[in-house]
Amino acid sequence: MNNTMKKEREPLFSPKNIKLLKNPFNLENPITVQVLGICSALAVTAQLKPAIVMALSVTIVTAFSNLIISSLRDTIPSRIRIIVQLVVVATLVIIVDQVLKAYVYDVSKKLSVFVGLIITNCILMGRLEAFAMGNKPWPSFLDGIGNGLGYGAILVTVGIIRELFGSGKLYGFPIIPEAAFKAGYVNNGMMILPPMALVIIGVIIWLQRSKNRELIDKS
Amino acid sequence: MHSNKYIVIYSTVMVVLVAVSLTFVAMGLKPRQEDNIRIEKMQNILASVHIVTTVKDAIPSYQKYITKTLTINNKGQEIPGVDAFKVDLAIELKKPADQQQLPVFIATLDDGGNYTIVPVRGKGLWGPIWGYVAFKEDFNTIYGAVFDHKGETPGLGAEISTLAFQKPFDGKQIFDNQGKFVSIGVLKGGAPPEDKHAVDAISGGTITSKGLEKMLKDCLMNYEEYFKNKGKI
Repeated sequence: MNNTMKKEREPLFSPKNIKLLKNPFNLENPITVQVLGICSALAVTAQLKPAIVMALSVTIVTAFSNLIISSLRDTIPSRIRIIVQLVVVATLVIIVDQVLKAYVYDVSKKLSVFVGLIITNCILMGRLEAFAMGNKPWPSFLDGIGNGLGYGAILVTVGIIRELFGSGKLYGFPIIPEAAFKAGYVNNGMMILPPMALVIIGVIIWLQRSKNRELIDKS
Repeated sequence: MHSNKYIVIYSTVMVVLVAVSLTFVAMGLKPRQEDNIRIEKMQNILASVHIVTTVKDAIPSYQKYITKTLTINNKGQEIPGVDAFKVDLAIELKKPADQQQLPVFIATLDDGGNYTIVPVRGKGLWGPIWGYVAFKEDFNTIYGAVFDHKGETPGLGAEISTLAFQKPFDGKQIFDNQGKFVSIGVLKGGAPPEDKHAVDAISGGTITSKGLEKMLKDCLMNYEEYFKNKGKI
């Protein structure tokens, strides 16, 4: 988005709305700041491709569930609002799961249960309760995209580091040259194991907090 | 505050709408999903004779290498008119032993050798496990084996789908020197290399390993007569 476009569409991408998209990348990142959605972030990041597919799936589900819930927010009976939210999220997740099974079968097998588990991803329920129930559809949609991509950014970063150092590849293509292996370079097997994802996310959190001191807990 | 009536109507309408839309999505995508499953089955069958294929070349490779398929009963007699590829082992294994239809795939490789591939299916820890075992022309020695699973624990039971687990099956035998069916044991703590009838189990995947051992015994037993007639053991 360049400046001219922003001015033309002032109401759509007002500074407030841009903030909704940008904040989840840093000060309100769902993984590193709110520490939500960690389970899938550890499980699907051994390679870049599943990480990207998972990031896109979560982004689509958060964006559209935010949009739907926000459009319905005045009609939803407050006594069953969590049920309504869950039904909407579950429906979207099943659709995403079916589409993945039809078009990227191999990735869908790698993601296995984790696509289904998007339903229980705390980021979703968190955004629905905290944002979509009290805001208009368009900002809610942007908030969903922002949070999905903020989650995705961490997944992709971890995926790149793990695939590059764990398998010497990126997106399945060999990156580290054969010559390096002949000269004695070995892939770090530890990288493909889930504990390493935790360590990498820990390092990302550490880097982020040393740059943004206001994130550090006072206690 | 909304009335009870409103809530009941609201949830009913919501559930019906969701059900209708999900049905359309599922039905629309089903043909593609079934194609994927068929291609995966072909890839697995070919993998048991050590032919690695991509999604694109699976169908031509299958047609090239799988030269004959047949369906037999547990007495080793051929059942005519049944397409072995379409037989669903999950359904067959629930039938009484003498009514089961058992698929057999014959692969002719570039070296001219004929290998007999049979499917196996059983239970792991969390759900079904299955695989294909290819035998050499003596109908006794394993040429290759592949296994897969629905939802075994990654890093533990799920290791059955890795080469590290499957490779040791090559060269193992399912009949002992007296021609008695002994299947292949999956031994905790490791199998001695000279043991022709056992492989190593997976540490931390005991129940999956046990399930795999039982799967091999139960499923290969059905082919015992066929193998004995063919292999003249």
